[in-house]
Amino acid sequence: MSVNNLINNFVVRFANVNGTGSASANYMFAKAVFRMGIFATPKNIFPSNIQGLPTWYDVRVSEKGYLGRREGVDMMVSVNPQSMANDIKSVKTGGYFLYDCTKDLPENYIREDINYIGVPLMEMCINEYSDPRQRQLFKNIIYVGALAALMNIEFEVLEQLFKEQFAGKEKLIAPNVKALQLGMDYIKQHYAYPLPIRLERRDLIGDKILIDGNSACGLGAVYGGATVAAWYPITPSTSVVEAYSEYANKYRVDPKTGKNNFAIVQAEDELAAIGMVIGANWNGARSFTATSGPGVSLMNEFLGLAYFAEIPTLLIDVQRSGPSTGMPTRTQQSDIISAAYASHGDTKQVLVIPSTPKECFDLTADSLDLAEHLQTPIIMLTDLDLGMNDHVSEPFVWDDNRKYNRGKVLNAEELEKMGRFGRYLDVDNDGVTYRTYPGTHPTKGSFFTRGTSRDEYAVYTEDSGAYVQNMERLQLKWETAKTLVPTPIMYQEKNKSNIGFIFFGTTLFAAEESMDMLAENNITIDAMRLRAFPFNNQVSDFIESHQSIVVIEQNRDAQMRSLLINELNCNPSKIKSILNYDGMPITADMIVTQFHNLSL
Amino acid sequence: MTYIKPKFRHPSLPKNDLGYTKTVYEGSLSTLCAGCGHDSISAAIVQSCYELALEPHRIAKLSGIGCSSKTPAYFLSQSHGFNSVHGRMPSVATGASLANKDLIYFGVSGDGDTASIGMGQFVHVVRRNLNMVYVVMNNGCYGLTKGQDSATADEGSKSKAGSVNLFNAIDLPSLALELGASFVAQSFSGDKAQLIPLIKAAIKHPGFALINVISPCVTFNNNPGSTKAYDYVREHLDATSTVDFIPLQEEISVAYEAGSTKNIELHDGSSLQLNKLATNWNPEDRMSAMTAMQQAKLDGEILTGLIFIEPETTDLHAMIKTSDTPLNTMDESQLCPGSQALEALNEEFR
Ligand SMILES: Cc1ncc(C[n+]2csc(CCOP(=O)(O)OP(=O)(O)O)c2C)c(N)n1
Ligand code: SF4
Ligand SMILES: [Mg+2]
Repeated sequence: MSVNNLINNFVVRFANVNGTGSASANYMFAKAVFRMGIFATPKNIFPSNIQGLPTWYDVRVSEKGYLGRREGVDMMVSVNPQSMANDIKSVKTGGYFLYDCTKDLPENYIREDINYIGVPLMEMCINEYSDPRQRQLFKNIIYVGALAALMNIEFEVLEQLFKEQFAGKEKLIAPNVKALQLGMDYIKQHYAYPLPIRLERRDLIGDKILIDGNSACGLGAVYGGATVAAWYPITPSTSVVEAYSEYANKYRVDPKTGKNNFAIVQAEDELAAIGMVIGANWNGARSFTATSGPGVSLMNEFLGLAYFAEIPTLLIDVQRSGPSTGMPTRTQQSDIISAAYASHGDTKQVLVIPSTPKECFDLTADSLDLAEHLQTPIIMLTDLDLGMNDHVSEPFVWDDNRKYNRGKVLNAEELEKMGRFGRYLDVDNDGVTYRTYPGTHPTKGSFFTRGTSRDEYAVYTEDSGAYVQNMERLQLKWETAKTLVPTPIMYQEKNKSNIGFIFFGTTLFAAEESMDMLAENNITIDAMRLRAFPFNNQVSDFIESHQSIVVIEQNRDAQMRSLLINELNCNPSKIKSILNYDGMPITADMIVTQFHNLSL
Repeated sequence: MTYIKPKFRHPSLPKNDLGYTKTVYEGSLSTLCAGCGHDSISAAIVQSCYELALEPHRIAKLSGIGCSSKTPAYFLSQSHGFNSVHGRMPSVATGASLANKDLIYFGVSGDGDTASIGMGQFVHVVRRNLNMVYVVMNNGCYGLTKGQDSATADEGSKSKAGSVNLFNAIDLPSLALELGASFVAQSFSGDKAQLIPLIKAAIKHPGFALINVISPCVTFNNNPGSTKAYDYVREHLDATSTVDFIPLQEEISVAYEAGSTKNIELHDGSSLQLNKLATNWNPEDRMSAMTAMQQAKLDGEILTGLIFIEPETTDLHAMIKTSDTPLNTMDESQLCPGSQALEALNEEFR
């Protein structure tokens, strides 16, 4: 590889022990790269554990702006003896292994094809600090200092990050800067620096931001006017409501009364969480919940009620790998089918699928509109990778003239003027009917909410004709939904290839990179990124107009492929799959390798 | 088939302070079995709301699933109603209340709905002191699924099919007391004189108000041996006190013998007057209420009346400091921080 290729183009992996304060040091490294105007993609790979088990933190640095994960570690920062043997193996030939040389490495840990950089982290800490906790924390900062010297991180950038981190606790800045300096000095005295893999300041970032998807969802819920949040803690969704809480407390407390223009309830379980959301929405407050797969399973009965009783609901499902004792801290896109057809009876649920923090923000706010417009549950499918890892994202924008679309709600005046109110009467022929909030009018507009045993006026009936009519109207509403959900993103105006890629959510990053890699080998691919279910005509046209379709997704059973085949009635034999379901975000290399193995 | 009650009523029917006749508070015709205790409770709810002169549209009625949970269709047809899912009415009521604190939330449930499938939600809604009335129409069986034992069926009681219940009964009022409920009452569907003032007081109570109403299921659980049968209940009733509800501004007209009455002022100035039957009965003493409930259970008696009340109580809204303005009336101006704040936030993430 030429030297140029090593600048601003590498992967650093930190191997730590959970609960030792390494996360903020590692984040600092990523943020410094970002501040130097270069794309940085951090990924926290952590166990379902609070303290003691190994964790890894990858930072991919990419001049070209690739934000997907990449295999192959160029620089391993190893501070966990437990995982060291394997960590050494994961370094690429020619890569670097930075380790604590307070103790010698065992003979069998020595590889001839990689470079070892020993820094006596423990010894330095013991000499410098007497407090055991400080020894632990500053060890992390010392290795950041060592990296700064080795990889050319600007000292001022790191110093500024400390100033921001310890604003209000200024006393802590100096000792941190000192620890940083210790690491840098050690490298400067003992090694040739900087290394060929290193940073050079660029101006690639512009006004972009570095943020995780869950924070973006929480903020989107505040901007989108959600007033009631009910939830039950589950990784990786917990920080959605935590972010909502943080921003609501910042922006939604009435300065005069000190009272809250929001309500957050930590429910007793997910059944109660979604029940509260449905109750609040029924009563005219925008409300949402966030959960992951096991929570969605528990919410199924209520999702059916909300579908049939036509109650707006926003559920953010931050997907992870399987059950509670599955790999709950690993990522996947594996709730597609269970979300799309959630619940009993003939239910179909609207899915909204963001790929970036910016989309998390926008689509959360938009989904609150959409839920009320369609009077149905909206399930937003993100995943652990998007939700919990920081991503370089376009900044958030809000139009101050934007009004919330509260959907078809009749007020007292309108009720007063009209004849008999029919809650499920399709006045506009779009399948979406008018509703009223409780307490609106003394004598008009009240109705009784129940499942489907009722007529257009919400009067109890078990009449088959009324049931069928209602189900057909719900189908018409589904058609209306197709015109309102986020449209797919097309990568070409006109088809250029016989082959079309379809992907969605966080697969975006690896998919785009893989298409560049294929293009370098003169393989042109058309592509479409799905952002919603139901699928509109653009989706069916794209599939019909290509000889072969490859659906790239992060689950074992090719769930999106099944959904496309089932809903669009397309020929299964022309729809292939590229899959990854090992719990780690899919990579461009995986896509290219699997692509070459497909018979298209 | 739809059930709409004939609305014709004699013009000289009495009217309440709002000028409404009782008809206004009625619902559609009940489809429950003739003689079902639940219908008597519905009638008591109608009477209570009429007498309190409540605006029907300011009441939201919510229920789970069961014969009991069907009843909201049979009272207050001018109110919005929500027949939700089995055992989950408390969460729906919680969300509804969070959205608009200004309505009256009237929840109806059954013993299956509350003490089995809904137990989780029940205990938590008590704990949160949600400002609502929670009526359990308790018949000791699952009426709608044809008479299986419920968790409130007394140990040793016989089902219609003849099988004997082997398990301990869950006593909902005792449980609510233990959980810190601020209003706990028990009554019998056949005792309107007691039930109506209790419902009125529960509506006026500014926190969670449980009324456990023994309500015989004539079809499946009115047989000899069942402790929730009409005959058994009539024979074993033991009232804590007779209750009278006196709305604000109305003069206390009934005189009680000195020493035998207790007056409880409710938060809005109206009062509950108790005529003590049991000795040493103090409905503001949780400990003695719990003891009395246990004693009654040992004696095979059903203690009815106002068992416990904490008139000044802090409900969920007060605890989590929600705005005095109902959340469902707020718009962009109160809810959206706007573009400037967002730009400042973007800067924090750069
Ligand atoms: C999830 C679910 N499980 C089971 C049922 C069937 N089911 C309907 S009503 C009922 C029992 C109701 O008993 P209770 O609450 O005591 O009401 P009652 O009919 O006795 O008034 C059951 C088990 C259901 N509707 N939903
Ligand atoms: S089955 Fe029992 S509870 Fe149900 S309506 Fe008939 S009498 Fe009432
Ligand atoms: Mg029952």
